[in-house]
Amino acid sequence: MSAPLLSTHGLVARYGDFQALYGVDIEVAAGEIVALIGANGAGKSTLLKSVMGLLPVAPDMVRLDGRPVGGSQPYRMVSAGVAIVPEGRRLFAGMSVEDNLRVAVDHAARAEGGGWTLDKVFGLFPMLREKRSTPVQSLSGGQQQMVAIGRALLNQPRLLLCDEISLGLAPKVVREIYQSIPSISQAGTAIILVEQDVGLAQSASDRLYCMLEGRVTLTGRSSETSRDAIGAAYFGASHAVA
Amino acid sequence: MQWLDGLIQGILLGGLYAQYALGMALMFGVMRIVNITHGDLMVLLALIGISAAASFTLGPWTTLAILVLIGAFIGYALQRVILNRVVGADPLPSLIATFGLSIALQNAMLQIWSADTRSLPGGEITQASFQIGAMFVGVLPVIVLVTATVLTGGLDAALRFTRFGRALRAAAADVEAAALTGVNPKTVYAASTAIAVAILGFAAVFQSMRATVAPADGPFQLIYAFEAVIIGGMGSIWGAFLGAMVLGISQSIGFRIDPGFGILAGHLVFLIVLAVRPQGILGKG
Repeated sequence: MSAPLLSTHGLVARYGDFQALYGVDIEVAAGEIVALIGANGAGKSTLLKSVMGLLPVAPDMVRLDGRPVGGSQPYRMVSAGVAIVPEGRRLFAGMSVEDNLRVAVDHAARAEGGGWTLDKVFGLFPMLREKRSTPVQSLSGGQQQMVAIGRALLNQPRLLLCDEISLGLAPKVVREIYQSIPSISQAGTAIILVEQDVGLAQSASDRLYCMLEGRVTLTGRSSETSRDAIGAAYFGASHAVA
Repeated sequence: MQWLDGLIQGILLGGLYAQYALGMALMFGVMRIVNITHGDLMVLLALIGISAAASFTLGPWTTLAILVLIGAFIGYALQRVILNRVVGADPLPSLIATFGLSIALQNAMLQIWSADTRSLPGGEITQASFQIGAMFVGVLPVIVLVTATVLTGGLDAALRFTRFGRALRAAAADVEAAALTGVNPKTVYAASTAIAVAILGFAAVFQSMRATVAPADGPFQLIYAFEAVIIGGMGSIWGAFLGAMVLGISQSIGFRIDPGFGILAGHLVFLIVLAVRPQGILGKG
């Protein structure tokens, strides 16, 4: 039996004295789209940060191709084939769209991911081609999100982590951005979608995990999971939606 | 004629100041690290160069090559051992750490080299000059200016167009996001400080060929470098070059108004720029 692309094993993470994750186990297979849903503070972003090496975790808690990688420096995770679209986009202010993307090209993963090129990213988000020389801070929120996604793709990831990519964007722009997800997946990249919008997460993913207070409370195939089950897992059993 | 001469001498002096300022533009302007040892490192390199040249009878250009290498090594070690520990959004820790190091360096240099002023024998080139109309222009200052211009152009192009330059600008904009895009910020910063101090190797040779150096000179060069970067605009490499020119010309014209007024004139122009255009000549916003 081959190891999953990414797995976490009893993942525990804390910010100082505050414990944010209590033994989280998830698995992502190659090419799969997995949604991670849950209320604010459930630990979704913390999970992604722990995987990327932004929080100290034990090596065995995060495995990539079965190999322990927990607590590796972020740039090592990138070269091992994991890229992230960070919450709040975190573009390099003062640099052009193209230079933002080129930083990722310069530091792409060793193993080939989806074979992304600047041209392919411009094909995915045509608007960026016209804006390639524009400083990123003068783009709209949606365009900035496209740059952030393009930047992560140019790291040639086998696994793409998307942290709240719909946050603060108009519904029309969110649809536009989510339309890119299938093409990214078809290029062979596995995706973890952290998403507040449960309906959106469910329709865009193959499988989902629901988190509550630092624990996984529900997991299943997205198409087969009922809204009631999600409601119970999302708010805790005692608050189940009728 | 006197003023034209002042202008030309000022531009030539600015060439030397530009060599102090370039490393500062990289560290303070781009990386936002306050390195108080900047001037002391220049003096240290100059003293090492003078001693090495005397002990092994090296020519000035051999000395230059050696000092650039030593400077790169010192810069790399400085960033790796000290500055990478204190780097962050807050400039205060780097300021305090390097302030302490600056005092230690000055005293160590005083111990080794005494308080004597020294200079690097440059041979005939330090005396050579050519005539334009009624004015004499030294060959060495022209070499200094040309070198400064080439260094500025090279550094600016490296920041704009190379993998290293993009990684450094990315890390300076958002160090965590840069790491999440595959950049190893500590390596990039160490390379950057290595370049900054290597450029001081040029300044060290030219300063000690044109004039003299003594262990306590560092703070003056530090101030000129800070002023040039701020006059030119934070984050702009050519801005630092222009700032150095403004400083050189102000001092040179000031000297011609009154020999005691030169240095002060430079500082006054700095204050005027700070009041009128705080973002600097090429600074944005």
